[in-house]
Amino acid sequence: MCLHDNYKNMKTDIILAGVGGQGILSIANVIGMAAIEAGLYIKQAEVHGMSQGGGDVQSNLRISDKEIASDLIPQGQCNMILSVEPMESLRYVPMLASDGWLVTNTKPFNNITNYPDIKDVLHEIHSISNNIAIDAEQLAKEIGSVRSANMVILGAASPFLGIEVELLKKSIAGVFKSKGEKIVNLNLKAFAVGEQIAKKKITDDKLS
Amino acid sequence: MKKLMLLGDEAIAQGAIDAGISGAYAYPGTPSTEIMEYIMNSNDSKEKHIRYGWSANEKTAMEAALGMSYAGKRVLVSMKHVGLNVAADAFINSAITGANGGLVVLVADDPSMHSSQNEQDSRFYGRFAMIPILEPSSQQEAYDMMIYAFDISEKFGIPVLIRIGTRLAHSRAGVETHEAREQNEIKLPSEPSQFILLPGNARKRYKLLLRNQALFESESENSTFNSYIDGTDKSLGIITCGIAYNYLMENYPDRNIPYPIVKIDQYPIPHNHIEKIYNACDELLVLEDGYPIVEELLKGFLETGKKIKGRLDGSLPRDGELTPNIVGKALGRNFEATRPIPEIVKGRPPQLCKGCPHIFTYQALNDALAEYTRGRVFSDIGCYTLGAMEPFEAINTCVDMGASITMAKGAADAGFTPAVSVIGDSTFTHSGMTGLLDAVNDKSSITVFILDNATTAMTGGQKSSATGKIEDICEALGVEKEHIHVLDPLPKNHDANMEVFKEEIAYKGVSVIIPRRECIQTVAKRIKLEKKLKELEVQL
Repeated sequence: MCLHDNYKNMKTDIILAGVGGQGILSIANVIGMAAIEAGLYIKQAEVHGMSQGGGDVQSNLRISDKEIASDLIPQGQCNMILSVEPMESLRYVPMLASDGWLVTNTKPFNNITNYPDIKDVLHEIHSISNNIAIDAEQLAKEIGSVRSANMVILGAASPFLGIEVELLKKSIAGVFKSKGEKIVNLNLKAFAVGEQIAKKKITDDKLS
Repeated sequence: MKKLMLLGDEAIAQGAIDAGISGAYAYPGTPSTEIMEYIMNSNDSKEKHIRYGWSANEKTAMEAALGMSYAGKRVLVSMKHVGLNVAADAFINSAITGANGGLVVLVADDPSMHSSQNEQDSRFYGRFAMIPILEPSSQQEAYDMMIYAFDISEKFGIPVLIRIGTRLAHSRAGVETHEAREQNEIKLPSEPSQFILLPGNARKRYKLLLRNQALFESESENSTFNSYIDGTDKSLGIITCGIAYNYLMENYPDRNIPYPIVKIDQYPIPHNHIEKIYNACDELLVLEDGYPIVEELLKGFLETGKKIKGRLDGSLPRDGELTPNIVGKALGRNFEATRPIPEIVKGRPPQLCKGCPHIFTYQALNDALAEYTRGRVFSDIGCYTLGAMEPFEAINTCVDMGASITMAKGAADAGFTPAVSVIGDSTFTHSGMTGLLDAVNDKSSITVFILDNATTAMTGGQKSSATGKIEDICEALGVEKEHIHVLDPLPKNHDANMEVFKEEIAYKGVSVIIPRRECIQTVAKRIKLEKKLKELEVQL
């Protein structure tokens, strides 16, 4: 395996967050395959078992050009929280490095009786300076594939992952290959929508 | 050589396949389930005709594995930590009989109780049985250790325990695999009486086990899985067990640790390394995920030696799994939390799926019991344990597999009637049947609900041994036919079901009610699969 020079001293620690059943592992698969393609080391701690059904779930995904020691990310060292649910994105903020990114879907998954006011949730999300908060479901719906919402979020996270975007796209094609070309293309389109939003955010931040 | 991305569980499964197993036995239990699932889905196991599939419980799995070992073949049996309690009789005695074909017992512990009712440490069982224990620190080691474990199992004629925890079981990393070994031919034990544990034989076999301890220890001292890593700062020596080594490394990003380290991944505890680090250093810190076993041994009852730090002196928390932060704190290296969790973030406990048949059973049961005082429902281990939570609050106990029936019986025998048990179909055939027999023989006044969703749901929908057999089993155990009812737990049947519930709850004797409806998750999976098959048919 040859390691591209671009990946020297590469380290991206990601917490993927969501609610059991929302499919955070599909995002992890795409990133993981791209990382392997880049010749990087990865470790990915998943959650299986009782906590799956409707409860909070998270996965620690670690990528590096050097061998990784711990399956768990140390507190305050995480480079990105990538969440498919807004309140769940906040559960892990003590783990997020001060310059880390919080990328989240804004559409609540409301299966508890005491779900907070979404305005308060969004307020907390925006209090983290490096954040991208998007209604991924709405955006996915607009391109005709509500089931690709997770790829919209992945697209929005893509500039900060430290992995070449082309590899991520290749990986999407690989992960969804068995579902046919149409599904692959919809997911790639969803990814592009997210990526555009992130790029715009970067430009806007530079201007302001 | 291939490189695969494997969960710790999957690395173990692939390792066992490549070590030349002829069979694998298991009962599902988080975090061990994926071992058997991997073997079941592997093309290798089909090509090699490896025996696989779910057993009725961990004891039957352990005993079948012992039988395959008796016949000279290599075999893996896997379970979660509390499953070893169920298999304990066979497990402890297998150390006395010894193994013929390689026998590896894989037990997955659950420190922090992510999905369990306790966090017992299976290394105690290994010590109890006096057999070698392996504890991998990485997915690669887990794979490599399988091959080694089968080799030493055959070398010493002894079962080998491999202990992992949830973290390793459910974390994925790259694993390099090796050429697979051929399976053994059938060959009976050279000593014919070895497996006949009559006292006369057992005494001989036990003496042999005691004599062999020295061999196990020397194997452990010379094992490449145990190592002494020197350091310049002798003010502290660090002993790590299994995965704890990774958390230590994580605290030193350049991987330069000033202190000497003993990395233990194989037991008996390697005396040579421990003696060396004890003599070299002023004090020791023991890092182990689980109970403070090594720490307690080194400390000794009278604590006359050097200072031993760990879970017992408060350097590390006494319970729960280790993390890089916890280990860092013990070393004075803090990973600071950057921000607090905002107050608005609420807990989101797991819950029964929308449309889950258990919901409707609990609604009818709550209504049927409304006329009695509370605290009458003895439940068991499964998705339906979530019935303890809001909005149902329908159950009052959950202890161990099968305890619903026997605890209800005990309460009824005490005069606390009506007493109700709630147990799942797979749990019933795992450990509920014998309890039901007790209740029938005693004519105890209990009402047993066997929630039949035709699967082992909580662990992800594995085949249930009970499917299609429950009424027959109950009848054969002596439950009167007119007190066995099969019902469909749907909202439209609520009133009719509740009437049956009420009637049977009032009955002074054993009655069984079987609310039967397929698990909503399995239905979804089945429909998806059927759709896919249809599409394939169209294409063809």
